[in-house]
Amino acid sequence: MIKPSDKHKSDLKLIGRPMRKVEGLDKSTGRAVYTDDIVLPGMLHGKILRSPHPHARIVSIDTSEAETLAGVHAVVTGQDMATAYGIIPWTPDEYPLCTDRVRYIGDGVAAVAAIDEDTAIRALDLIRVDYEELPAFHDPFAALEADGRVPYIHDPKKEGWNGNVTKKVKLEFGEVDAGLDDADVVVEGDYFFEGTTHAAIEPHCAIGLFEGNGKLTVWSATQVPHYLHRELSRVLEVDPAKVRVVQPLVGGAFGGKSEPFDLEFCVGKLAMMTGRPVKILYTREEVFYSHRGRHPFHMKYRTGATADGLLTSVDAKILLDGGAYASFGLVTTYYSGQLLCAPYQMPAYRFDSTRVYTNKPACGPKRGHGSVQPRFAFEVQIDKLAERVGLDPIEFRRRNFIGSNTRTINELRVTSNGFLECMASVERASGWSNKFRKMPFGKGIGVAGSTYISGTNYPIYPNEMPQSGVQMQIDRSGRVAVFSGASEIGQGCDSVVAYIAAEELGVPLDHVRVMRGDTDFTPVDLGAYSSRVTFMLGNAAIDAARKLRRMIQEAVADAWEVKPGEVLLAGGRAYWAPDTERQLPIREAFNLAEAKFGTLGATGSYNTPKDVHGDYRGGTIGASPAYSFTAHAAEVEVDVETGIVDVKKIWVAHDCGRALNPVLVEGQMEGSAYMGFAEALMEEQIFKDADHGRAGLHNAPSLLDYRIPTSLDTPELESLIVESIDPEGPYGAKEAGEGPLHPSIPAIANAIYDAIGIRMDRLPFSPPRVWRAVEAARAAGTLTKPAAPQHEALPGAAR
Amino acid sequence: MESTTEIVRLTVNGDRHEVGVPTHYTLLETLRYRLGLTGSKQGCDKGDCGACTVLVDDVPTLSCITPVWEAEAACIRTVEGLATADGPHPLQDAFDLKGAAQCGFCTPGILCSAAALLDGNPAPTRDEIREALSGNLCRCTGYAKIYDAVDMAAARLRGDASGGSG
Repeated sequence: MIKPSDKHKSDLKLIGRPMRKVEGLDKSTGRAVYTDDIVLPGMLHGKILRSPHPHARIVSIDTSEAETLAGVHAVVTGQDMATAYGIIPWTPDEYPLCTDRVRYIGDGVAAVAAIDEDTAIRALDLIRVDYEELPAFHDPFAALEADGRVPYIHDPKKEGWNGNVTKKVKLEFGEVDAGLDDADVVVEGDYFFEGTTHAAIEPHCAIGLFEGNGKLTVWSATQVPHYLHRELSRVLEVDPAKVRVVQPLVGGAFGGKSEPFDLEFCVGKLAMMTGRPVKILYTREEVFYSHRGRHPFHMKYRTGATADGLLTSVDAKILLDGGAYASFGLVTTYYSGQLLCAPYQMPAYRFDSTRVYTNKPACGPKRGHGSVQPRFAFEVQIDKLAERVGLDPIEFRRRNFIGSNTRTINELRVTSNGFLECMASVERASGWSNKFRKMPFGKGIGVAGSTYISGTNYPIYPNEMPQSGVQMQIDRSGRVAVFSGASEIGQGCDSVVAYIAAEELGVPLDHVRVMRGDTDFTPVDLGAYSSRVTFMLGNAAIDAARKLRRMIQEAVADAWEVKPGEVLLAGGRAYWAPDTERQLPIREAFNLAEAKFGTLGATGSYNTPKDVHGDYRGGTIGASPAYSFTAHAAEVEVDVETGIVDVKKIWVAHDCGRALNPVLVEGQMEGSAYMGFAEALMEEQIFKDADHGRAGLHNAPSLLDYRIPTSLDTPELESLIVESIDPEGPYGAKEAGEGPLHPSIPAIANAIYDAIGIRMDRLPFSPPRVWRAVEAARAAGTLTKPAAPQHEALPGAAR
Repeated sequence: MESTTEIVRLTVNGDRHEVGVPTHYTLLETLRYRLGLTGSKQGCDKGDCGACTVLVDDVPTLSCITPVWEAEAACIRTVEGLATADGPHPLQDAFDLKGAAQCGFCTPGILCSAAALLDGNPAPTRDEIREALSGNLCRCTGYAKIYDAVDMAAARLRGDASGGSG
């Protein structure tokens, strides 16, 4: 449902309307090309041998027998690519294949290239690896307490340090302890967010090609072609000018393809060794090992408020279970605290977050990187506080609203902010006032809010260059070609640049061609992560398109002997504004401009503001040019006999600044809410202990056993777009791809409480866990509908 | 495991093919890697996700766990066979128009399941659509836009003018 507000009326012609995606029909007719759809002449197939041990030294690897198997063209081991890498330049701690130590069951040890997949699999069986097993750390608390008597998972950076600790961040803003002492009410909570994974339906796939002239091309299902380009060059020691990364369409990513993976280095190296193209396609099982999913978080919160429901202080202590490698962990550790400081005013805030290594697949970013877990805990804390002071939880959130054009307690700059409208939307649409605490036992409704970044102000490696670039050219046929290096992972960024070109240059949408995802031809965009693409790529596209538009206006104005500002470009024609009878086809306008200026092309760039963050170590992390805001209401029915929670509906209101195409924005909102729902009720990435098989072995590396929602599981979702028109976003747009995930989980938790009076503080809310909680409440005599809020409304309270 | 190659005869989207495949090949591998029909996707290797769904004698079938030999006598239809020379199937057009394909990787399988549904049930309820698509995992959309698209295509196929409006 689209509810554009009147105050945002503008003279935009295409932007804001439902439009097709540029690759939409290719996708629905089976013509769209993904990496595994590519077959190159003479292509070999690669496979990676993976560790059966969670922690072991590699004593020796004997590949001789595999190398002599008929059909095997090359075998590669860690020593052939012994350059450490990592997506964060300060924490390189992994190798394309393990050099001397394996750190989780599934860690890559060797790879082969063979004439076909069957031969490659047979060759893996012939590789002899001699391991010396080491004690493994499966539990993050044990990893944290390690004293070095058994080897740490990684060597400590300094003598005496715990090598199992990736990162420790402790930041404090305002008088936290005094704020808790002064509070009328303090709520303490202990929360656990189980690890989950992205489960994009397309498994990772890469193809390497090494040509006689020394040029290496890698096709990959990646969401960060630029960073992959850099790391391939560095690790495989190929001049970056001779590396080309091509990104075919990506079949879903959600953060799970946002750093280099073993297969990309392996196809590159194997192609260099054999002179033949080499493809590796992960099995689904390998995707679960390679993973980089959402970290399990152990979280303790103390949150204080006045009797009138104003927050006084927030104190958080978080342990992140990072798995075997650092991945984005440095950022995750900061995000676990930094992204909590809106949409509510916090007078004081402290977080103390530690990420430890464990002998499990490495964790990294998943949709809502590092902030979905604390948001779950904090929004449940808010619900508990609202109840303690006797306020409706929506009213509690309203009273603490941080506002627009302000700074958070941790000094992040907030510009546009439509959070109150989001809250009002879900309150209205859900029928909140007739439902909250008013439905019969077993039925409940809950609410939660959140914020998220529209990209990060600082790139992963320090540089002053633009975060996003676009090149456009115009030809004599009336066509516009857009060269975009942004990563189309299903969110629609190729379409966004096409919409912008059509809007600014007045051409029909189907006269725009988007050339995409090829580092040989397209300008750098840093990748599809941190919800940065629409904001940054969109601004770069506007920059390029307006340069061209000015040239065309000037050329037409010359011909008509009018002022350039009076020339309008729209609907495939150029018009004279004072008298629109005077017009010509856009193609002729383009031809006039080409005659005047020569071949028509322009580049556009976007770079982030660099002076809008806190002046403290880590103050740049979490700084974004704009923040989105979200509110969800979720309605549930809980069957106390079975523990089954049935989510009936989720109302999703999201401030996306401006919906450039409401169909795509709704798609992001619905997909996000679905994914949050899935984490709330179903998904858990867990590992066996010694009593249930091999300790550290993934419990369910398949899409049958790792349960993701089918159409029958997924609740009804209603999207409510809120537009706050951001001053710096493209036409006012902000992100929509990750923010709308956050409140699903706490809204469902709070709804369960409304239904049966039980606080679910550990994820997921699976039937056994809910049933056990019900049985405990039954035994304690507390299984009952909670009471309605009793706080007397304050004079002047927002309504 | 040594594999031998044998000739398999298949009818796919109306075309008869004879193609040599390893004896353990699945229908999906044959379609993708022998016939170049890469529209059908591999998501899970074992019949869990539905991305490989094709129509075998009009029945939605997981081609990744169907030995190719079992499909020899059948008429196979893939996503590439839904469109005609007149244009895309109404489902394909509706999926584009309604934003039902985000990453698009599950889309070919979902389209085959939806086409089978509409062949037998021209006016399915929302619950019937959910049931028919319950073997196809989509990770992007939350399914909402997919239902809208199936509704729209069903209306168009019935000749109901209201289905034609965006």
